[in-house]
Amino acid sequence: MSDTFFTASPHWEWYIILYFFIGGIAGGCFLLAALLQVFGRPEDRPVARLGYYAALGGAGASGLLLTLDLPRPERFWHMLLQSHTGLPMFKAWSPMSVGVWGLLGFGGFAFLATLAVLEEEGLSWSVLRRGPVRWLARTGPATAIATLGSLFGLFLAGYTGVVLAVTNRPIWADSSFIGLLFLVSAASTSAACLMLLAAWRRRGDIQTLETLARFDRRMLLFELIVLALFVGSLGPVARVLAGWWGALLLVGVAGAGIVLPLALEHRGGGPARLARASALVLAGGLLLRTVVILSSNGIHVTGTSVVQ
Amino acid sequence: MPEPMGFYTDTTVCIGCKACEVACKEWNQLPAAEGGQRTLSGDSYDNTQRLDGIHWRHVKFVEQFDTSRDNGRWLMLSDVCKHCVRAGCLEVCPTGAIIRTEFDTVVIQSDTCNGCRLCIAACPFGVIDINPVSHTAEKCTLCYDRLQVGMVPACAQACPTQSIQFGAIKDLKVRAAARVEQLHRLGESRARLYGADEEMLGGLNSFYLLVDEPEVYGLPRAPKLPSRNLFKSSLFSLVGAAIIALAGFVGLRQGRMEERARKEGGGGV
Repeated sequence: MSDTFFTASPHWEWYIILYFFIGGIAGGCFLLAALLQVFGRPEDRPVARLGYYAALGGAGASGLLLTLDLPRPERFWHMLLQSHTGLPMFKAWSPMSVGVWGLLGFGGFAFLATLAVLEEEGLSWSVLRRGPVRWLARTGPATAIATLGSLFGLFLAGYTGVVLAVTNRPIWADSSFIGLLFLVSAASTSAACLMLLAAWRRRGDIQTLETLARFDRRMLLFELIVLALFVGSLGPVARVLAGWWGALLLVGVAGAGIVLPLALEHRGGGPARLARASALVLAGGLLLRTVVILSSNGIHVTGTSVVQ
Repeated sequence: MPEPMGFYTDTTVCIGCKACEVACKEWNQLPAAEGGQRTLSGDSYDNTQRLDGIHWRHVKFVEQFDTSRDNGRWLMLSDVCKHCVRAGCLEVCPTGAIIRTEFDTVVIQSDTCNGCRLCIAACPFGVIDINPVSHTAEKCTLCYDRLQVGMVPACAQACPTQSIQFGAIKDLKVRAAARVEQLHRLGESRARLYGADEEMLGGLNSFYLLVDEPEVYGLPRAPKLPSRNLFKSSLFSLVGAAIIALAGFVGLRQGRMEERARKEGGGGV
């Protein structure tokens, strides 16, 4: 029996599951927006702007979810500053400590990127005409923000799985692939989210959507491979997944969340089919995090025996 | 500077009286579970079931009998935080609430902890949980307040059979080795120490004398630090991030080239 079975559950539930989902989408949306902005065509810019808004909204929601999950939410700042000295609190070897700073940095870049592109919306806010904001929109600073923000975005999308791996809990600490799995899933769900947002706001021409759909298909294939690697890496611990959790992973995540949207997107067709595929990808991404987190939660020692 | 202090628990003399549990609760003013409601687990005499935020001592009962119950033995073990020399909880704590004291013990500062619960997942022994009164992560402090004034921890003082022994780690190790030797001489060849050497997380400052495999007592055979996964997990994610960024860039270029080809093709018609 794996030594991870003799540990206690941290009771991370829906706030954390939603944070892992939304944080991943926010990080991925920034990356896609940045790619569209720096390397894309002028016609891609409306969707790039949507990506930055989703990143900023996602960063805000992430901070809120993390704070709400704390039994002592008024002490959320203890993650950033040492409560006794006021000095910065940072542990390079603790993914959660690094992650808090990463989220803060990501939120900052998402804010700057959003501020820089808001003028393109034709808004008449005087703040957007001020010198520093106009400077942000110039090619040099905008590219720097896009590059640095993308690095933070990729970090945000991937570190959450590393937090799980750097514990002693069953499944989480029994595989080194959860960080990668969450990262690739963040890439596919963020492309799906952007396609849905573009359809909803009626933005982006067919070429932009095709670019996003192509990226999404590649990420879904990548995700399928990493999912198989993850389950394979669990070894004997994988028997925990023999049951409802395994069925959800196979049918819900791999089937409905990866293979089905791949098939739908492969057949081509109009925005309606693309939207259906995107919705499935998003549901699959949420289900993946739900299964990974909740399947481990039920395992603990009671008395001297392990409950599964 | 005080020397490293801790517990040596000789499970062969534990009688399962739970005086340690009671003394711990009293001294540390820990509340009763479920408002004091009497609930029986049906698992031998063990109604505490596990260590958590309000149970910092837990007496485990193992009944090893054959089906006729004519032959067999009781195993009892008073479980507690192991105060690991290389502690997983302390390693990951993102607020700095978990500290190592001058006695080489591991203490959670309740006024700093915000309840993120990463330490609960990181502990290889399932020792920590949230205290429903303070809403912070709590566990045995090895009676840090008593140690500071030269007192013995409440559980060790209350133990009527000296199953729980408190003292300087180097003295306890000598005592424990002698006891193992004595048990071997008496024919109990299964006697062994758990966590006394540095192999296990640098040594457990609360170590045990067992007479069966660790798993029989609900203890992991080879507990590890959470950071063992950090490098590999981060590396895989880094490689993945590079692939994703590259896929995004290549996809975009591909789209532009296709569009150009379409335009050029269209212009020729």
